[in-house]
Amino acid sequence: MAATITAPAAPRAKAAPSPARIALAGLGFTALLALAGLFMPKWLTFLITMAAAQGLVSLGIVLLMRGGVVSFGQGMVFALGGYAAALAYNRLGFTDALGLTLLGGVTATLVAAPFAPLLARYRGIFFAMLTLALSMVTYGLLMKIEVLGGSDGFNTGRPTLLGQTLSDARVGYVMYVLTLVIATAMALLARVYFDSTRGLVTLAVRENELRVEYLGGSVRQAMTINFILAAFAGGCGGALVVLSLGHIDPNFSYWTTSGEFVFVAILAGSQSVLAVFVASTVLEVVRSFSSAYFPNTWQLALGLFLLLVIRFLPGGIGSLWIKRSKK
Amino acid sequence: MPSVLTILIDGLTYASWLFIVALGLTLVFGVLKILNMAHGSFYALGAYAAASFVGWIASMKMEPAFSLVAMLLAAVAVAAILAPLTERGLLRFFYGRDEVLLVLVTYAMFLIMEDVTKLIWGANPYYVSEPYSLFGSVDIGHQTYVGYDFALLALAIVTGLAVWWGLNRTRHGKIVLAVIHSAEVASSMGVNVSRVYMLAFSVGIFLAAIGGAFTAPMISVQPGVSVGVIIVSFAVVIIGGLGSIEGAAIGALIVGLARSLAVHIAPVAELFSIYIVMALVLMFRPEGLFQRIQARKI
Repeated sequence: MAATITAPAAPRAKAAPSPARIALAGLGFTALLALAGLFMPKWLTFLITMAAAQGLVSLGIVLLMRGGVVSFGQGMVFALGGYAAALAYNRLGFTDALGLTLLGGVTATLVAAPFAPLLARYRGIFFAMLTLALSMVTYGLLMKIEVLGGSDGFNTGRPTLLGQTLSDARVGYVMYVLTLVIATAMALLARVYFDSTRGLVTLAVRENELRVEYLGGSVRQAMTINFILAAFAGGCGGALVVLSLGHIDPNFSYWTTSGEFVFVAILAGSQSVLAVFVASTVLEVVRSFSSAYFPNTWQLALGLFLLLVIRFLPGGIGSLWIKRSKK
Repeated sequence: MPSVLTILIDGLTYASWLFIVALGLTLVFGVLKILNMAHGSFYALGAYAAASFVGWIASMKMEPAFSLVAMLLAAVAVAAILAPLTERGLLRFFYGRDEVLLVLVTYAMFLIMEDVTKLIWGANPYYVSEPYSLFGSVDIGHQTYVGYDFALLALAIVTGLAVWWGLNRTRHGKIVLAVIHSAEVASSMGVNVSRVYMLAFSVGIFLAAIGGAFTAPMISVQPGVSVGVIIVSFAVVIIGGLGSIEGAAIGALIVGLARSLAVHIAPVAELFSIYIVMALVLMFRPEGLFQRIQARKI
């Protein structure tokens, strides 16, 4: 009898796959992409590298979005990571790609950390505008500091990896694989974090802050830590982009750059980690194709696309394959 | 070392047009609860339209004084044609959604309008210098100041008073205030809320456009003006408190003076002086200077 009673009970959403299975799927997927990269044309590996690196920044925004705030200034940590990596390369002669990426992430974290407790008090538009202000202050500073190349920025050279010098022919592919691996690692960590107690507290903050406080959770602490983690992800993304691009300028911190990261986060929705990278790739594809075929109207295309997504896909791409269990 | 007076007048001039633009932004936010990122684009459209209209006036060999009328007409045209179109055709589908999501909708509008203005007016700058000399110049002490700057200040004061009077002393204004207070209750009392939204949005856009039209003689009208304007007017309304007229005025003054101080004393700081002021204000008054604290919903 028991079986007949339990069977028609509320159609449970498919049980979340275990962390081990997700990790395995992620690693398999990365290995597949890395292998496929051997046969891809150069422009495609470069596109995916950019998408994955910038996806890291948007991953940070998604992390914040789960707590109900959207940062319109993620360009700041993106630029910080990028400048840190580029400076370490040019000035200190430290050329290891993996080390530079981590350095970018750590620098962005260190700079963002003092602001985190402050920003944790703000919500909605105020959070968005304050982060925007921070990124624009950074932009203003970067424009004015002559040592950093002012508005032109500066170039960096070819990175090395774990003591290996990379030839011109190989550097693109190696950076592609490295970016994929780092992105996968961060994505898996993000998934673990999302499902952890604090990750779930973050979700609860979005639903109702007061209740979280009554239940003994610290809203401010959760928001502070989220901001710092987002900064780390953004910094790594910035460093990876600079290493592949070989150039950095203050526009990394400009608010339209931040706008694109938010665009990706909205396109992805806040449920799926994979969706962030899919959305980032979509943006890169749209960007490349529109700048190739209608260079004067690509912002227009982007704007229309964004409107359509907000109107018809409010949960983002992620909602296409993750259905929320209905209550 | 520039004199205090110069800094003050520069700051006031900057604050004047900024106030007009920010007033529109704050009005739209107050009524529709939308922080309009495309506000700067409407400013740019106003400036471009003014450039074209003034150009026609000049080509028809009319009195230069008519160019003032042309600028006003340009702003009216932008507001009358585009505002109802965007509000009815686009924004109303997103009412009730999250505030931040609405910001993104207007961000999309901003992206679209950037390219559309470039398609219509091209990428080359326009110069509308004729009206700038209309008001002659004023000598104070050893310095000569442009009369147009003072005219702009007068325009800002008149605009501010008109909006305040319209909101607080007229029947239509009271209806708008009722809608700001609670759209649902107003609607159940027989107020046509959609119409109020459309009108308020149009007035807000008109303010952006008129700000653009009347500053067109002072700047070179080119792609990119919208971006600068939107960020600065955001700072103004955030400093003053969203949805407050007095706040917009004080915010514009603070930003205007901060910027002119920076320009004259420490040019390096020009780009970010405004944001530092904004961050400082927000640190001590998280809701802005003139915002009443809202009750939290449980």
